[in-house]
Amino acid sequence: MSGDMSEAAPAMDARAREEAENLRQREFGFWLYLLSDAIIFALLFMTYVVMVDSTAGALTGRHLFSLSNTFLETMLLLFSSITFGFAWLSARADRRSHVLGWLLVTFVLGAGFVFLEVNELIGMAAAGAGPGESGFLSAFFTLVGTHGLHVSFGLLFIAIMSLQIALRGLNPYAMSRLYRLGLFWHFLDIVWIGIFSVVYLPGLL
Amino acid sequence: MLGKLTIDALPFYSWVAMGGAGVTVGGALLVMAVITYFGKWRYLWTEWLTSLDHKRIGIMYIVLALVMLVRGFVDAIMMRAQQAVALNSEGYLPPDHFDQIFSSHGTIMIFFMAMPFMTGLLNIAVPLQIGARDVAFPFLNSVSLWMTAGGAALVMISLVIGKFSTAGWTGYPPYSGIEYSPDVGVDYWICALLISGVGSTLAGINFVVTIIKRRAPGMTLMRMPLFTWTALISSLLMVFAFPALTVACALLGLDRFFGMHFFTNEDGGNLMNYINLFWIWGHPEVYILILPAFGIFSEVVSTLSAKRLYGYRSLVYATIAIGLLSFCVWLHHFFTMGSSANVNAVFGIATMVIAVPTGVKIFDWLLTLFRGRIRFHPSIYWTIGFIVTFVIGGMSGVLLAMPPVDYLFHNSTFLVAHFHNAIIPGVLFGYLAGFGLWFPKAMGFKLNERWGFRAFWCWLIGFYLAFMPLYVLGFHGMARRMETYNVAEWQPYLVVAALGAVVILCGVVCQVIQMTLSIRHWREERDLTGDPWVHGRSLEWMTSSPPPPYNFAVIPTVKSRDAFHEMKRHGTAYRRPARYEDIYMPKNSAVGPLLGGLAFLLGFAAVWHIWWLVAVSALAILATVVIRCFDDDPDYCITAAEVEAIENRRFEAMALADTEPEEAARHPAFAAQMLPARAT
Repeated sequence: MSGDMSEAAPAMDARAREEAENLRQREFGFWLYLLSDAIIFALLFMTYVVMVDSTAGALTGRHLFSLSNTFLETMLLLFSSITFGFAWLSARADRRSHVLGWLLVTFVLGAGFVFLEVNELIGMAAAGAGPGESGFLSAFFTLVGTHGLHVSFGLLFIAIMSLQIALRGLNPYAMSRLYRLGLFWHFLDIVWIGIFSVVYLPGLL
Repeated sequence: MLGKLTIDALPFYSWVAMGGAGVTVGGALLVMAVITYFGKWRYLWTEWLTSLDHKRIGIMYIVLALVMLVRGFVDAIMMRAQQAVALNSEGYLPPDHFDQIFSSHGTIMIFFMAMPFMTGLLNIAVPLQIGARDVAFPFLNSVSLWMTAGGAALVMISLVIGKFSTAGWTGYPPYSGIEYSPDVGVDYWICALLISGVGSTLAGINFVVTIIKRRAPGMTLMRMPLFTWTALISSLLMVFAFPALTVACALLGLDRFFGMHFFTNEDGGNLMNYINLFWIWGHPEVYILILPAFGIFSEVVSTLSAKRLYGYRSLVYATIAIGLLSFCVWLHHFFTMGSSANVNAVFGIATMVIAVPTGVKIFDWLLTLFRGRIRFHPSIYWTIGFIVTFVIGGMSGVLLAMPPVDYLFHNSTFLVAHFHNAIIPGVLFGYLAGFGLWFPKAMGFKLNERWGFRAFWCWLIGFYLAFMPLYVLGFHGMARRMETYNVAEWQPYLVVAALGAVVILCGVVCQVIQMTLSIRHWREERDLTGDPWVHGRSLEWMTSSPPPPYNFAVIPTVKSRDAFHEMKRHGTAYRRPARYEDIYMPKNSAVGPLLGGLAFLLGFAAVWHIWWLVAVSALAILATVVIRCFDDDPDYCITAAEVEAIENRRFEAMALADTEPEEAARHPAFAAQMLPARAT
């Protein structure tokens, strides 16, 4: 009987090690995905910079952008990154309810960001500055909209992540997923800082 | 309800187009009828379509590539026939139809022939070469396959419902914009590229992680087989280059679908931005396709001449150098767009610099063959045919890299001759050489060699007949993509080119015969040892042919380059382990085919502006992904006893390798080995 145990235990260890290695590979793969996504954003930034003066007589950023709105959006997104960090720390400390609480706060902040952004874009379109008016507006709507779409997907996955943690607890799969979701969320923060400094600030200054 | 889709979408405008639609629909129905007649739907679904086994996914990729090769080749021969007869006449194709044909020819050959062929070969060979049981993400691998297939299906269905793009395979605006191309053709092109582009990006990520993280213990980077090296660089290029294609196509789509102004003539559009974006992907794409072929040539010359690969290190560094340089030359595709002379000069020089590492490679292959005991297999023929022909294509490329010369040749048939002269030997010959080399590994029996030689000679001679005249016509000033012309001196050259296409057709026919005969006589050409070329050097030849689902019962430990060759030298290649262990492999999944089908539906609905179906299929894709997120138990177990049984059969079969093939074929170990354990 003891012989059985000693044979079974290393086999289970090997299996667990293999699983852990698989999860690490997913994390590496996710970094690569983020790199390719970063190139998408880089090219959209490039397109925006090329087209920023192609206003075709329509409105320019100086007329359209609002610093206070942008500031509020920035604060919401930056704080959501911090609260996601708190969720990750709670997960490391194995406190499930804290994780769920911080994910909820992150979700609310992120949803606030998306609300403000959608509001801004709809307002611009209603004021006769929709994406079909000029090359500049096409590039603006596409760059900011792509980022907003990413944040919206992030919100969806935060919701699903919370559901999984609530149902199944903080198992290794959940921890790996939370780690990858965190990478995604912080990545969107970095992209937003780019948008703030390349789109809004020069547009207003 | 059906958006822009009406009965007029059927190709009533020309008998030739009706014929094409008929062949497509008839062919699909015929295949389905055959599967139904033999009652193989369940087998096909459980063993193949839903399989996550990298070898089977690889085989399915290559089947897709071969089908699309035939389609793309039919386009080619139709163009050659049109130009051969169209002196001062309309020929037999209306202009609109001719334009669709050259657009679909390029699109299919690059995205749906070469890309799946390459990914298929990567799938079959790379995990085996690095001693891995599977790729890093087997499920994602299946999704990549089905995204590619979904894109290919969109191109095929454009033959039947609506039209394909007339804007060439590069889809330059403003012609591809909504103002000049108001029908659905360009939308088909955009959707097919976006969907298959997702598949390619995911495949790139998958293979980078596989090669970086899944190598057998002891296999350092500098011990990797050269094909794996080229696969790594090519996959990295896929990860970094395909986003540019996604952006270019997506922005063009936004212009067309939502009236934006990225690339329009008016309201601030900038069409030059499209051309930059497209070629930022487009030039690395050339190397995404050709680097794995370079890897195949390296494997072929060393395996089939029983010699160590000459200049391994220089080949690795040349591969890396080509990978880096491939991102620094995209502007040479549009020297005539009017950048300053200095910008053109920089890109011209960068382009010429690429010829240096490529030249290094040519010498390495020649020196590997030098004084080797060459086994004159069709794969060696493809390789030697490549070396001779590719050097000519490379030279004409260096010529085109000079901006003043390029101004003269831009958009002429000289350019068409140049890139076919690079891609046909460089990519297609390479893949066909790899196909011959690894066919026994994937299928368990060798290809018929006699018809392989015939196919090679037809392809080679046909290639020279078809494309050398185009160089001359380029000197005479003939532009590419001409549906009709009025210069009588051109016609003889175009007739020769058409004859060349006919000779290539003979080559394709030889390949069909080769495949048929090989399958019919598979028992005589059975590979029992797993090392069909006797001098296999890398790990893929260590396991059986076809390999069991887990590839290696015990993961090999690598002590040097050419690991399997060294094991054979030390007599340690075929040692039975003291005991076997349980092996966990991924379960089959229907999610891959489901996502491919839904992506196809999404693309089709977008093309025809059927917005409710766009919403439904997009939501269905999202729901499928979310449900899959909840699956934490995707593996099944092959117990140690089952592994031992499979391995014992393998050793029995190997013992039979010395006996007569007919006798061996009757042995029970044989039949049993053909049926790998099924994933449930």
